[in-house]
Amino acid sequence: MRIPKVIDGIDFGVMSPEDIRKMSVTKVIAADTYDEDGYPIERGLMDSRLGVVDPGLRCRTCGARAGECPGHFGHVELARQVIHVGYIDTVHDCLRATCRNKNCGRILLSTQKLEEFRKQLEDIKRNGGKWWEVSDQIVRSAATVEKCPHCGEKQLRIKFEKPTTFMEGKNRLTSSDVRERLENIKDDDALLLGIDLKVARPEWMILTVLPVPPVTVRPSITLESGVRSEDDLTHKLVDIIRINQRLAENIEAGAPHLIVEDLWELLQYHVTTYFDNGVSGIPPARHRSGRVLRTLAQRLRGKEGRFRGNLSGKRVDFSARTVVSPDPNISINEIGFPEHIAQILTIPVRVTEYNVEELRNLVRRGTDIYPGANNVISPEGKRYDLRYADREEIANKLEPGFIIERHLKDGDIVIFNRQPSLHRMSIMAHEVRVLPGRTFRLNLCVCPPYNADFDGDEMNVHAPQSEEAQAEARILMRVQEQILSPRFGGPIIGGIQDHITGAYMLTRKGTLLTREQTQQLLAYVGVFPELPKPVVREKGTEYWTGKQIFSMLLPKGLSTTFKAKVCENCARCKEEDCEIDAYVVIRDGQLLNGVIDARSYKALDRCEILDRIVKDYGTTAAREFLDRVTRLSIAAAVMFGFTTSIDDEDIPPEAKERISEIMDKARERVNKLIEVYNAGELEPLPGRSLRETLEMKIMEVLAESRDSAGTIAEKHLGLDNHAVIMARTGARGSMLNLTQMAACVGQQSVRGERLSRGYRRRTLPHYKPDDLGANARGFVSSSYKSGLGPLEFFFHAMGGREGLVDTAVRTAQSGYMQRRLINALQDLRVEYDGTVRDDRGAIVQFTYGEDGVDPARSDKGKAVNVEKLIERIIGGK
Amino acid sequence: MPEELNIGRHVLVPKHEILPKGKVDELLERYKISPHQLPLIMSSDPAAKEIGAKPGDVLKITRDSQTAGEAVFYRHVVKG
Repeated sequence: MRIPKVIDGIDFGVMSPEDIRKMSVTKVIAADTYDEDGYPIERGLMDSRLGVVDPGLRCRTCGARAGECPGHFGHVELARQVIHVGYIDTVHDCLRATCRNKNCGRILLSTQKLEEFRKQLEDIKRNGGKWWEVSDQIVRSAATVEKCPHCGEKQLRIKFEKPTTFMEGKNRLTSSDVRERLENIKDDDALLLGIDLKVARPEWMILTVLPVPPVTVRPSITLESGVRSEDDLTHKLVDIIRINQRLAENIEAGAPHLIVEDLWELLQYHVTTYFDNGVSGIPPARHRSGRVLRTLAQRLRGKEGRFRGNLSGKRVDFSARTVVSPDPNISINEIGFPEHIAQILTIPVRVTEYNVEELRNLVRRGTDIYPGANNVISPEGKRYDLRYADREEIANKLEPGFIIERHLKDGDIVIFNRQPSLHRMSIMAHEVRVLPGRTFRLNLCVCPPYNADFDGDEMNVHAPQSEEAQAEARILMRVQEQILSPRFGGPIIGGIQDHITGAYMLTRKGTLLTREQTQQLLAYVGVFPELPKPVVREKGTEYWTGKQIFSMLLPKGLSTTFKAKVCENCARCKEEDCEIDAYVVIRDGQLLNGVIDARSYKALDRCEILDRIVKDYGTTAAREFLDRVTRLSIAAAVMFGFTTSIDDEDIPPEAKERISEIMDKARERVNKLIEVYNAGELEPLPGRSLRETLEMKIMEVLAESRDSAGTIAEKHLGLDNHAVIMARTGARGSMLNLTQMAACVGQQSVRGERLSRGYRRRTLPHYKPDDLGANARGFVSSSYKSGLGPLEFFFHAMGGREGLVDTAVRTAQSGYMQRRLINALQDLRVEYDGTVRDDRGAIVQFTYGEDGVDPARSDKGKAVNVEKLIERIIGGK
Repeated sequence: MPEELNIGRHVLVPKHEILPKGKVDELLERYKISPHQLPLIMSSDPAAKEIGAKPGDVLKITRDSQTAGEAVFYRHVVKG
């Protein structure tokens, strides 16, 4: 690539009238674009010296064709000066901070004070600080001065009227007056007002000449009917030139002052809306159809503007998007890739003497037969499109130095992403696995980091092109490298749902498997180890425990002890003798005791086993473990069978009766509380009103009764119940969900209080006004299974709606907060000396996190986990 | 200022002390930075006023830390 010029700095400033004239290739005087024959009008807005957009024509300034000619500026000589809206605030500052006297024009502060400020300014500029704050301060203190300390002139207040007028007392300042004042500002003073004289002069903020952007900036489009349609900017420029011409003619003819003033103001309006069609205080300029014009500021501003839409949000090549669906049989590192997409996304491969034959074959197969290639680039840089070229000929020409763009194939690295990309695990590198079908397939363990499900989610893929990019993606971004989240130092990739129930059913006490069953499971996992000694031998049949099978997937030497999720936190732990087998003991890679559940390897949980493997055996071992253990769990779940239905929430009639008794008793207690309250005998809680006390007590009573109803239901739902298995092992759902289905839904609330609004002094007209009883205020005593009464159903909908609104509001708010935080923190980084610094090299934190520990590399937040070390060395207790 | 208003003795105010000149140079050399790359503190900050810090000084602040127990922080005093 040819680099014509090297940029070593950029200055932002204001263009002087001379600059504008100097860069202009033509003065624009005609307010027209094309003549009847469709040729650009000389000195018109589409003058062919301003650049070319139509193919075939040549630019009259540089001689280049459309696409090569960058376009050239023209200019309009304004008949009268107008203020540039973009600088209106600075103009205002300059006006009110300086002396109104024509012959003075100094900043309204004493020489001594100005000197002080000058020193401060220089100091800050040298050390790199917010120097404009000093300028603001100067303006603020000078604006209130009533008598000039230099010439003694009395100062009238200058009032700014949106969008572009200034009033001095009762007089209106014309743009010419304003320009005159700005011209009078001394160089030294301009510096104090924050104007860098190298690139700007105050009076340049008032326009005497207007640049006309090249046609390439505002191309006209020809519709199919042959009608030309001009860009919004061109329309606006037409307005400006037309008014400017009329103004010039009127001045020339010596028209009355009033008419000239009016036209001048109109010119100001057009120029203002040309720059920014969204300034407050004036109606936006509209197209003939009534559409609001999109002028310069609108092109830059906002989400679809030049900055956010085109510069920070560029469209990319080598990407693909489609629906995602699950595949439990591929590795977490892999992505199931549709053949269609693999044929379109390519990777450039350099031909060497070692791969030339292989690549020749790919070239021969071409674009339509997978795996093939789409393009060949010769060493001279010539590109052959294999759709049209003679593939056989090109294949034979192939020699070292050629580059071919071949289809993606198994094992290639691609970058996979799901929006919103809220954390770094939203973008991870996967290995391609070409599969039939039209969707991207992903292993279920990577759903949590992407926050993906399969109700229609779509995801994006990017194919890194250079060897460096591929290597970086593979080493830094591969899924297995992201198992531990830097957010909390635990696995964010791990088993979910069935992975947990399956493992639980396999490893719980009493699971015995025959040789056939054992081998069936292991075959599904894809490992074929030598079987250990069977634990039981009965009537000639050998049996293995589920724990033995599970142990075959554990790395050798792994030892740990922890309490499973099912643990009931008994006051005194019986350890190995636990009835529910919640005390997990692993010694040298053998699961000796305890069941496997959420605590062992569930994503976003405490993940005792997976966590240990990642930290002690590395990410590759962890990936292997996770791939295998999830397959084993699913095979086990399939083998044992696992379903749940509403029948799982069945409880016997006696239990139902007891629950309804509890509900009656609760209602009674509530009524009693209300009686006490009405009698005025209720003792208020500290810091609460009587009414608040009553509400709290009622809520307490009702919550308690729901809990006791739940406890009764729980007693009848044992660990052989599938719904309970899911809740207790942490696979899905909670015991609260189950008791709501089986026993009692409980109190509905809005803003943390019992329902109270709807009708005057009551929730629904079915109740008496001021009824504070349990039912009247949204207590649902039915269960989901038995069904809600009509009034209960209504109350439930009220509570449910609040939840819905809350989530909607929360996502919007937290999204905006995240955007602001990222903007503020994006340039911070941890340097090699452990400090956190910003882009200026200024220190933000002297040691990252004050302890210098990366949570993802730490063990339970510590650099070294002493307890685990001791346990490992002495081998248990 | 009356004795009871010594904010330096408040539990929530970490220990501030003025770093001796020699130590300042050592600090700047250790991190290879100039003073303005340090975090700032205004001389009007109550904790800085309490110990009489002047613009140009560097304060050493010893804070309790959730992660490290105790963390040392340095701030450059500026006018304000």
